[in-house]
Amino acid sequence: MEEVKTVREPLFHMVKRGNITLLKRLGIYAGAIVAGILLTSILCVVASSDKSNPLEMFSSMFSGVFGTERRFWTFLRDTALLLGISLALLPAFKMKFWNLGANGQVLMGCLVTIACMRNLGGKIPDAGIIAIMTVASVLAGAAWAVIPAIFKAFFKTNETLFTLMMNYVAQGLVVYMITVWAPSGSGSLSPEVYGRLPNIGNGYLLTIIVSAILTVFMFFYLSRSKHGYELSVVGESENTARYVGINVKKVVIRTLILSGAMCGLMGLLIGGSINYTVSSEIVNNMGFTGIMASWLAKFNPLVLIGTCGLITFISKGMGQVRQDFGFYNDAIGNVVLGIIYFFIIGCEFFITYKLIFRKKNKTDFTAIENSTQKGKGGNE
Amino acid sequence: MERQVALELKNICKYFPGKVMANKNVNLTLYKGEILSLLGENGSGKTTLMNTISGIYAPDEGQIFIDGKEVVIKSPKDAYLYKIGMIHQHFKLVDIFSAAENIILGVKEKGSLKNVNTRVREIAERYGFDIDPKKKIYEMSVSEKQTVEIIKVLYRGADILILDEPTAVLTPQETEKLFAVLRKMKEDGKSIIIITHKLNEVLAISDRVSILRKGEYVGTVDTAKTNQKDLTEMMVGKKVELKIDRPKTEFDRPLLEIRNLCINSDDGNVAIDDASFYIRGGEILGVAGIAGCGQKELCEAIAGLRPIKSGLIMHKGENIIGLPPRTIIEKGVSMSFIPEDRLGMGLAPSFSITDNMMLKTYGEGKGPFVDRKSARERANALIKRLEIVTPSSETPVRKLSGGNVQKVLVGREIEAGPNVIITAYPVRGLDINSSYVIYDILNEQKKKGTGVLFIGEDLDVMLALCDKIMVLCHGKVMGIVHAEKTTKEQLGLMMTGSLDLTEEKKDKNLGFAKDSNLTEEEWKSEEERQEKEATDGRS
Repeated sequence: MEEVKTVREPLFHMVKRGNITLLKRLGIYAGAIVAGILLTSILCVVASSDKSNPLEMFSSMFSGVFGTERRFWTFLRDTALLLGISLALLPAFKMKFWNLGANGQVLMGCLVTIACMRNLGGKIPDAGIIAIMTVASVLAGAAWAVIPAIFKAFFKTNETLFTLMMNYVAQGLVVYMITVWAPSGSGSLSPEVYGRLPNIGNGYLLTIIVSAILTVFMFFYLSRSKHGYELSVVGESENTARYVGINVKKVVIRTLILSGAMCGLMGLLIGGSINYTVSSEIVNNMGFTGIMASWLAKFNPLVLIGTCGLITFISKGMGQVRQDFGFYNDAIGNVVLGIIYFFIIGCEFFITYKLIFRKKNKTDFTAIENSTQKGKGGNE
Repeated sequence: MERQVALELKNICKYFPGKVMANKNVNLTLYKGEILSLLGENGSGKTTLMNTISGIYAPDEGQIFIDGKEVVIKSPKDAYLYKIGMIHQHFKLVDIFSAAENIILGVKEKGSLKNVNTRVREIAERYGFDIDPKKKIYEMSVSEKQTVEIIKVLYRGADILILDEPTAVLTPQETEKLFAVLRKMKEDGKSIIIITHKLNEVLAISDRVSILRKGEYVGTVDTAKTNQKDLTEMMVGKKVELKIDRPKTEFDRPLLEIRNLCINSDDGNVAIDDASFYIRGGEILGVAGIAGCGQKELCEAIAGLRPIKSGLIMHKGENIIGLPPRTIIEKGVSMSFIPEDRLGMGLAPSFSITDNMMLKTYGEGKGPFVDRKSARERANALIKRLEIVTPSSETPVRKLSGGNVQKVLVGREIEAGPNVIITAYPVRGLDINSSYVIYDILNEQKKKGTGVLFIGEDLDVMLALCDKIMVLCHGKVMGIVHAEKTTKEQLGLMMTGSLDLTEEKKDKNLGFAKDSNLTEEEWKSEEERQEKEATDGRS
C-alpha cells in the first residue's frame, strides 16, 4: 500500500465513543471535580484576605463534611433528603414530563404536616397525629403534581411552566399561613412540639432509612415493573405507546401522582422530623438541585446516590470554606459552586466524545486507539 | 478522450468504536459530468462514506482529492468551499421558513430576499424544477421539500452533488421528474453521486455503479455493461434468486370485512371514501396508491388508533369499531406501519431489542413485574432466525441499520401469531436481500392461513407477491383486481384515477364477500346500531 499522508490535517477531530467503561467514566468525573476545585481554590485564595494556600480549601471542605460526627451525620441526612427528592423526579423525567415543581410539592407536604401538628397537637395522641399527617402530606404533594399532569394529559398544556408556577403558589400559601398562625409579625413559627416523628437511633437516621427504601423501590419500579416499562414507552414516543395500546393519559397521571407523593413524603420528613416548622425557603431549592442530580445520574437510581452525595459534599464543604476563609456573604460560595458544577457537566463531553489527534504516521488502528487514550487526559 | 476527475477517494477508512469498520479502504472516482450510483446493502457504509465527503465525519485514514488536489474537509462548510453539496435522506429544513429563506440560511451574503427569489427561479428554470420560492416548508409535499434541498445546494454553487436515497420517499412519477432534472445537471457538467436501493433506478439513471459490501469497496462497473442480477451478486457476495414466490393456498372465509368505510384525515379532509373490501385467511391483498391517499388512515382505523366517520369493520364477524387498540391486538390483528422516518411508530428507538420485543406483550403474566427473561429469549430467537445484525439483544434499536430495525418490527408482529397482518411499506428503504426476507416471512404467514393486507409502493413487487390488488385514488377504491390478470399499466391508470373499475359494476357490490360471516340482515342491523351509536355520540 502506498504511504498515506494527508495535508493540512487539523490538530484533532472528535469521534463519538461507543461504550465507555465505568472506570474510565468515573476517572473523567474525578478529574473534572479535581480540576474544578483546583481552579476555584485559587479563586478563593485571591478573594480571601487571611488565607494564602490554595490547598487549604481542600482541607476546609473535608473538615466541613467529615470534621465532626455531627457534620458527617448532617451530610448523610442532607444527601438522603436530596436523594429522596431527586428519586421522586426520576419517573416523571423518564416519561419526559419535566416536573420542575418538586420544590412546591415538597413544600406542600411540609406545610400540611405542620398544619396537622399545630391543629391536632395535644387533642389526640401523637401516634394519631403522625398517621394523619403522613397521609395528608403525601396527598398534598401528589395533588400539587397531579394538577399539571391532568392539564397536560387532557388539554396538552406545557408542564414545565405549569409545575414551575405551582411552586410560587405553594410558596405564597406558606407565607399566608404563617401570617395566620403567627400574627405577631415575627414572620416565623416556633417549632412544633406535638406529633414529631420518632427518632430512630439518632435524629438523622429516619430520613436516611426512608431514602434508602425509596431508592430500592425506585430501582425496581423503573427497571423491572410494568408501570416503569409503560412510562418509558410513553417517554420514548407517545405514538408508539398509543400504538401498542397504552393509555397515555392514565400513565401520565399515575406517574405524577407517584412523583408528587414522594415529594410530599420528603416534605413530611423536613417538617415532622428535621425542622418541626415551615417557611417558604425551607426546601432550600432542593427541587431544582434534584433536577441536576437526576440528569447527572442519567436517571439511574443507583448512580443518583453518588451524584446527590457529590452535590451535597460540595455545598456542605463550601459552607465550611466560607467560614474558614472569612467570606461574609454567599456570593463567592455560589460562584465556586457554579464553577464546579460547570466542570462536572462539561466533562460529559469527554464521556460522549473522544479526541483523535493528528498522527505523523497513520498505519495502524490500534496505534490511534492508544494515542487517544493517552492524549485525552490533558484536555480537561 | 481522457475524462476529467472531479473527486477521488483513496483508501478511506472510518472506524466507529465498539463496532466493525464502517469503511475500509474505499476507493472511489467520480468524473466530471457523470452520474455515479453507490450501491450496497443496508449498513454497508454508504451513508458513512458520503458523510465523510461532506465533512460530517473525518476519515480515520485515507485521502480525498478534488480536481486532482488533496484536500481536508473538516466541516460541511469546508465541503461547500470545495463545491460539494449533500442532500440528506432526512431533510434539514426550517418548517416555518419559506423556500428562499431556507436556501440562503447560513450563506453570508448581502442582498434582498427579492434577488434570492430571482436567482432561485433562474436555477429552477435552468434544470426544470418546479418551485415557488415564497412557499413555506410546512405547506410543501415531500418532493417539494426535496427540491428545496437540491436548489439549496446548487445555490451555493455545488459542482458535486450527493443524494442519499432521494427516491425512497417519491412516487414513480416524481422519481421520473427528479431523474430528468439530474440528467440536465449532468449535461451542465455537474457530477452526481446517487445512493439508491432500487436496481431499476440504478440502471436507468447512472453512468457507472460503485458497490460497497460490509464497508469494503467491491468494485465499479459501467451501467451499460451490467444487469440487475450481476449487481445483486456483487452487492450480496453470493448468487441470489430474484424471484418472488406466490404460493398457492386455500382461501379461508373472510377474516376482516370492511364495508362502506369513511375516515377523515387529521385536518378534517376525507381520507378514505366509502371503501368496501375483505381479506381472507391465506391471501395477500395488496393496496396500491400514490403516497398519502388514505393508506395511513386506513391502517390506523383498523388498529383502533383513529376514529372512523361511518362504516363497519368486522373481524371474524365481530364489530371492532370503537374497541381500544389493545383489545384489537389481543384479537390477533397486527398492524405495522413503517413511516418515512422508519422509527416513528411501532418501536421505541432507545429501547433494546429485548424491550422492543415485549412492547405488545409486557402486560401478560401475573404480578407487577415485566418478564424480561422470556422476551430476551424471543429476541435472541428472532435475531437468529431473521439474521439480524446486532452486537447483542440488548443493543438499542436506533443503533441498528434500517433493514435490521425493520426486521425487528416485522418479526415481532409475526411472532405474536396474528390472524390478520396489516403491513404498510415493510420494505421501505430496505436492500434487496432484506426485502426478500420480508417477502418470505409474509408468504410463510399466508401459508399458515393468516390474512395479509400489504400496503406497498413498488408495483412490480405487488404484482408478483399479492393475490389481489386494491387500488386507491384519493381515498376512493378504484377497483380490486386479481394480480395475475392485471398489468402495471392498468394499475397505474387506476392509481391516477383515469380508470375506475367500480363504475362499471356499481350494482354488484364489489367489495362484499359472498360467503360473509354475517347474513345481509345481520349486516343491516349492525349498520343501524353503528348509526345509532354515532348519533347518540353526537347528541
